[in-house]
Amino acid sequence: MKTQNQKAWFFVLPVLVLVAFNALIPMMTVVNYSVQETFGNNQFFWQGLDWFEQLMRSDRFHAALGRQFLFTGIILAIEIPLGIVIALSMPRSGFWVPVCLVTMALPMLIPWNVVGAMWNIFTLPDIGLLGYFLNHVLGVHYNMTQDPVAAWVTVIVMDVWHWTSLVVLLCYAGLVSIPDAYYQAAKIDGASNWSVFRYIQLPKMKQVLTIAILLRFMDSFNIYTEPFVLTGGGPGNSTTLLSIDLVKIALGQFDLGPAAAMSLIYFAITLLVSWLFYTLMTKDDTK
Amino acid sequence: MAKITLSGLRHSYLPNPTGPEDYALKEIDLDWDDGGAYALLGPSGCGKSTLLNIISGLLIPSDGQILFDDKDVTEVPPDQRNIAQVFQFPVIYDTMTVFDNLAFPLRNRGVDAARVDARVREIAQMLEVVELLDMRASGLSPDNKQKISMGRGLVRDDVNVVMFDEPLTVIDPHLKWKLRSKLKELHQRVGATMIYVTHDQTEALTFADQVVVMDLGVIVQIGTPVELFERPAHTFVGHFIGSPGMNVLPCEVRDGHALFDGVDVPLEGPITGTVGTKAEIGIRPEFVSIGRGGLKGRVRKVADIGRHKILEAVIGESRVSAIIEGEIPAQGEAVELKFKPEQTRLYSDGWIATEPAGD
Repeated sequence: MKTQNQKAWFFVLPVLVLVAFNALIPMMTVVNYSVQETFGNNQFFWQGLDWFEQLMRSDRFHAALGRQFLFTGIILAIEIPLGIVIALSMPRSGFWVPVCLVTMALPMLIPWNVVGAMWNIFTLPDIGLLGYFLNHVLGVHYNMTQDPVAAWVTVIVMDVWHWTSLVVLLCYAGLVSIPDAYYQAAKIDGASNWSVFRYIQLPKMKQVLTIAILLRFMDSFNIYTEPFVLTGGGPGNSTTLLSIDLVKIALGQFDLGPAAAMSLIYFAITLLVSWLFYTLMTKDDTK
Repeated sequence: MAKITLSGLRHSYLPNPTGPEDYALKEIDLDWDDGGAYALLGPSGCGKSTLLNIISGLLIPSDGQILFDDKDVTEVPPDQRNIAQVFQFPVIYDTMTVFDNLAFPLRNRGVDAARVDARVREIAQMLEVVELLDMRASGLSPDNKQKISMGRGLVRDDVNVVMFDEPLTVIDPHLKWKLRSKLKELHQRVGATMIYVTHDQTEALTFADQVVVMDLGVIVQIGTPVELFERPAHTFVGHFIGSPGMNVLPCEVRDGHALFDGVDVPLEGPITGTVGTKAEIGIRPEFVSIGRGGLKGRVRKVADIGRHKILEAVIGESRVSAIIEGEIPAQGEAVELKFKPEQTRLYSDGWIATEPAGD
């Protein structure tokens, strides 16, 4: 006879409480705001799904969403291949391993708003190291507070500088776990360098790469601090990514309802893309 | 197919080796005949994998030469040596099918598709993996993975030598036997020279026609399994091969007689040369029996291992093992042990120092 008691619930309780306060309750607050209108004074009026409808028709939202996908697409297209190449060219053993690893980890240790401020100063046309060099030494006209293209390039280069290391470190971890025998066997089998990459290194890196892409997608899709400190979303709205726009609506205009609706859609997109990607990448493994 | 000659081979992993202790391999001179089945047997760290990697070209030796059919290949990279190697852990290309795995070494060498197909199917048939050909290699069991690794070595019909570096380490015990006999069968069918590295005496003795025993970077003895068992050239071989290993008993040599525990022990033949500082009698437990008039000792331990019993007795200050069938005295009892004279040898400083029994 199996003894039954309800003790197990007590063990789950702490996690339930944590998740509730950490995620569920704040999330439900947002859901609550998204279907109401407020004019302050803690007065709320039922609005139904109006905010969602308006948002789906809003050019401003479409533009911000487009910029967001463009930004994420570009930085993934740069950081993932670059990270793989750097990881492949790092030494596998010896004195230089810790040197490389620490150097690689450094950008990730810097607080995000400091990264934004650093690059802001770095790129100032007259006194910033990069800005001065481009304008006065190379003679390239570069001012990201005026030129949207320059602003985009700067935001992207900053993100690549800040986060490629993550991809590098993850790939490197995947690479060092490959036993020497694989390389020796490939040598004996007469495999070319490309074959070694394609059939040994890439498959062994697949799992860490999946994680790397997922992390970089989520982080870059939700990016706020660095571009906000660097460009403030400008010039004009050219670098106003989704989260920057969201904060403008929520805190700048204090439109809590539309902002809440936007947060939910934002969250749903992030979740959907991540889930789709992860499912597709791990589909083969379970077979 | 080729005869492989190693001449004056030495290797050190240190950049500036000074004494012999810096060398993982100390002076190896050896010929491997074309088409032979060899085993390289020795304890971990004796230099056998180093030797294997030198033959395959993954390592370039500090000194000496490797010749394939009298052609110097010491500096030739592995892919141009026409050799195959099977590693301790199965190496398979996860993303490919079994077929593509087997075809890989051929395709890399630009063999045409029809020939690849024929050859892969032939090898798959030999290895009994035909039904797996279309499967993804990552889903295979360890023994099948190791079979595929072997197959990749055998698929080229022009290989000079196939080398196995402890290939059965990760295989379940009940499959080891199957794979081992498969290997033996493959050797007969393919006819390529095969070198099998292992520290497991059973594997070495069942696979090979000739066993090369190594210790501390030196080849101690080369011989057929029977030779190694019956007449070990060195006490190390006696210890290492056999279970339990040979009894090695310190003795005194006086006027051409070996005295053990004060008793004259008859040897297989006359003692050769002058005996060095350390004289020992070597006798396998298989040739020790209980009988009146033997050496007097006391039973220390008895182990029943089913087929027969292993008795360990103390004579003087030495322990002597004996393999006994039938009745056996209990622990602590007095016992008299007899050594079979034609299997009793004298070792001087570790090396054999008696002439074989008269033919």
